[in-house]
Amino acid sequence: MERLSSNRRMKLREIIELLDAEVLTRNADLEREVEYAGASDLMSDVLAFTRPGSVLLTGLQSIQVVRTAEMLDLKAIVFVRGKRPDANTIALAEEMGLPLFVSSYPLYEACGILYQAGLPGSLGTAEAHGWNDLMNNRAVKTAEGALE
Amino acid sequence: MLEDAPPRLTYTFHVEGQDFATAGEVSSKIRRILQQLGVHPDTIRRTSVAAYEAEMNVVIHAYRADVTLETDDRTITITVKDEGPGIPDIEQAMQPGFSTAPEEIREMGFGAGMGLANMDRCADRLEIESVVGQGTTVRMVFNNTA
Repeated sequence: MERLSSNRRMKLREIIELLDAEVLTRNADLEREVEYAGASDLMSDVLAFTRPGSVLLTGLQSIQVVRTAEMLDLKAIVFVRGKRPDANTIALAEEMGLPLFVSSYPLYEACGILYQAGLPGSLGTAEAHGWNDLMNNRAVKTAEGALE
Repeated sequence: MLEDAPPRLTYTFHVEGQDFATAGEVSSKIRRILQQLGVHPDTIRRTSVAAYEAEMNVVIHAYRADVTLETDDRTITITVKDEGPGIPDIEQAMQPGFSTAPEEIREMGFGAGMGLANMDRCADRLEIESVVGQGTTVRMVFNNTA
């Protein structure tokens, strides 16, 4: 696939500019660098398939998005389509030093903008996260069980 | 005497079922303890993710649970003992994609049927015991290495 830029890290400041985003958390360190970006509304998948050093783009506003980011050492969260999380969620993110942004771009376009600018994807294939063997083993076990 | 025995630390936390506002606080506390103990960041990450998946399972499915964190110089053990409906078929529950979570849980971004499988992936050892109508105990052991 043709891209305008090769893979590179990106400062949060640049992400904000590209996505025309508003910063929701006080004292956010905008010089912080991210290596990858991932996008999902399904935190179950984010927990299973995200690399550390990532920024998460999501349309989900629940406080669990911030908790998920905490467990995974994510660098920042971008809420898309202008959706704002509630004050408790913002307060929790501030407490843990996790910058939150809101962008009016829809998810697909926000991802496309960052991808074009060179930020590679975080939500790799299942194989890349050590899932393929696990799933195959489970499938085999189930099949064996069915024969008993 | 006990001079050669590694220091063993134990912490116990409580999780209430259906308490979605505070879900994740226990995992966050566990995470901070491991950071203070100087555990390797990769180990902290997979321990935190597995603890959080287990905590969400309690909040979604159980009535209440005690979560115990035990650490020594070699391993981190997290035991989640809940009072709840129990799991009738553990093998089925382990299948990626199998879920009994209600629709409102899915709207929160959870309940995709990845929790137990992800805990299995993150932990070096996972043990599950369950009695239907009484509850489930999940024990996860993590090797405390880089």
